[in-house]
Amino acid sequence: MGQTVFEPWNDPEARPLIQFRNVTKRFGDFTAIDNQSFNIYEREFFALLGPSGCGKTTMMRMLAGFEKPTEGTILLGGKDIAPIPPNKRAVNMMFQSYALFPHLSVWDNIAFGLRRDGKRRDEIAARVEEMLKLTRLTQFARRKPHQISGGQRQRVALARSLAKAPKLLLLDEPLGALDAKLRTATQFELMDIQEKTGTTFVIVTHDQEEAMTVASRVAVMDNGRIIQADTPARIYETPNSVYVADFIGEVTILSGTARKSGAGYEIHYAEGVPPLYAEDEARFDNGETCHIALRPEKVAISAERPEDRRNAVEGTIIDIAYLGNLSTYHVKLATGQMIKAQTANTRRLALRGFTWEDKVWLSWTDTAAVLLKE
Amino acid sequence: MRRLTWFNATSLTLGLAFLYLPMLILIIYSFNASRLVTVWAGFSTQWYGTLFSNQGFIDAAKVTLKVAVASSSVATVLGTMAALVLVRMGRFPGRTLFSGMIYAPLVMPEVITGLSLLLLFIGIGLDRGIFTIILAHTTFSMAFVAVVVSSRLMTFDRSLEEAALDLGASPFDAFRLVTLPIIAPAVISGWLLAFTLSLDDLVIASFTAGPSATTLPIKIWSAVRLGVSPEINALSTIMIGIVAVGVIGASLVTKRAALRREADERAAVQG
Repeated sequence: MGQTVFEPWNDPEARPLIQFRNVTKRFGDFTAIDNQSFNIYEREFFALLGPSGCGKTTMMRMLAGFEKPTEGTILLGGKDIAPIPPNKRAVNMMFQSYALFPHLSVWDNIAFGLRRDGKRRDEIAARVEEMLKLTRLTQFARRKPHQISGGQRQRVALARSLAKAPKLLLLDEPLGALDAKLRTATQFELMDIQEKTGTTFVIVTHDQEEAMTVASRVAVMDNGRIIQADTPARIYETPNSVYVADFIGEVTILSGTARKSGAGYEIHYAEGVPPLYAEDEARFDNGETCHIALRPEKVAISAERPEDRRNAVEGTIIDIAYLGNLSTYHVKLATGQMIKAQTANTRRLALRGFTWEDKVWLSWTDTAAVLLKE
Repeated sequence: MRRLTWFNATSLTLGLAFLYLPMLILIIYSFNASRLVTVWAGFSTQWYGTLFSNQGFIDAAKVTLKVAVASSSVATVLGTMAALVLVRMGRFPGRTLFSGMIYAPLVMPEVITGLSLLLLFIGIGLDRGIFTIILAHTTFSMAFVAVVVSSRLMTFDRSLEEAALDLGASPFDAFRLVTLPIIAPAVISGWLLAFTLSLDDLVIASFTAGPSATTLPIKIWSAVRLGVSPEINALSTIMIGIVAVGVIGASLVTKRAALRREADERAAVQG
């Protein structure tokens, strides 16, 4: 029995929860968001990913109501939200600094939003208890924020922002302050809570691994524009530009000119060496500039030239990055290019075959590389 | 711990003597049985008795307290509002001028402040009395409150207020329920500062007081000009006592809060 795939963005019938229509935001002369249009669907876990200053936080603050678009409209459930102040929106936000109220207990922090709605006392109590249970904080209810650990604070912030059952939850770098191990655990916790509550989550992060782990779709941003918005797998496997390929994960980019050959293209990347061959969806004219994006894990490393592969180049190992489970080899070709190749360390380090200055062959299949125009 | 060396002991003694010897002499002479201030004639508390039967002093003390409470309260409200505008509004036309004018009373000689207020009150035909003293004290102590509160607001995390708005609080509720409780220590110390400034102000009060209202510092000053009486010593001793109790009390409260916070944080670290 297979699960139905959650892909509302491919369904023309689906009505988006949030619509950005030609939204531009300027601060003085600086354009933070540059004429962006995109949709976010109900129950999605949507990640805005980009380096600092790319506009991702501005995007989120416009959804929360702390900033207004200079041009264009943002629709939430079909209604323009520009005239609605932040305290009247069915949108809640989890702040990067958590912004827990230091003078209130964990319980009162979570109850804060419910009290503003003038709910009945027993209703508030029931909802707070439910939230405490969801985030496993019941035993810390009476503590003040400074009396609990960083991970617990993060969960209080989450519980507080979920207490009002918002249509949309915004998370601004929610895990930035946690250490690596706790961060991984919390990522799965977040996904779990998102599934349980059925809330639409929009997360802002600069950590690509985090975005890939939690999100149903990732929007890679640069200079106020979304460069590509797609599922983590498609972002990684079929990036639409050198920027996206380079931003997500490790990659080697080789530039050359394309020439049609059979089902794919021959790419001439250097003088006096045979061209590389790749098959991809992108179409090029003969002689057009073409970039090859090659993921290190798709490049095999061997002492002898493999017989069965069309793409094989020889080089010298310059650097080895040992990551425990993986090793990345930086191999320099005779023509000057540097290619990264990654292998899983399935054997003990002592049994490893290659070391610095070794001459090795790198090879990859016809469909391993992605061809990009820009 | 460092030991008390000969040098340290000397500096400590000299420092304390320099600061407190005059007050100590004043306190001792307040219990003098003789009417002559400089001749010791045995222990007595009679001057405290005559002090409390002196209606002039009692009235002046009442006026002083009323003025201090009223002016420091109004100054706290106005000073906090000014601080909010200065720290929060960012750039607005006239900001530099406004911030300069807020801080001007801090460095303005009191004589000038007093004189200008006097001219203003005469100009608008306001009868001088307790009300004009309150106005005058509010004017200059508001600047001190603004300084204390704005320095606290500089380090206040704006996202706390945004979080309150985000959770459905109106801007006023966000201020009342989140900002104010957090900056309360600064607001309270601003109030205390304004209260103390008003309590011991002589110059501005003497410009703006009228025949209907006299504050304690004015009363003491005019009494002393006719000669220092043991009653004045007694009165001053009481004032020293009140101030000392206030200062010690405030520092104890602060210290206890700090200690408790430390203990809490230790408990949190240990899980």
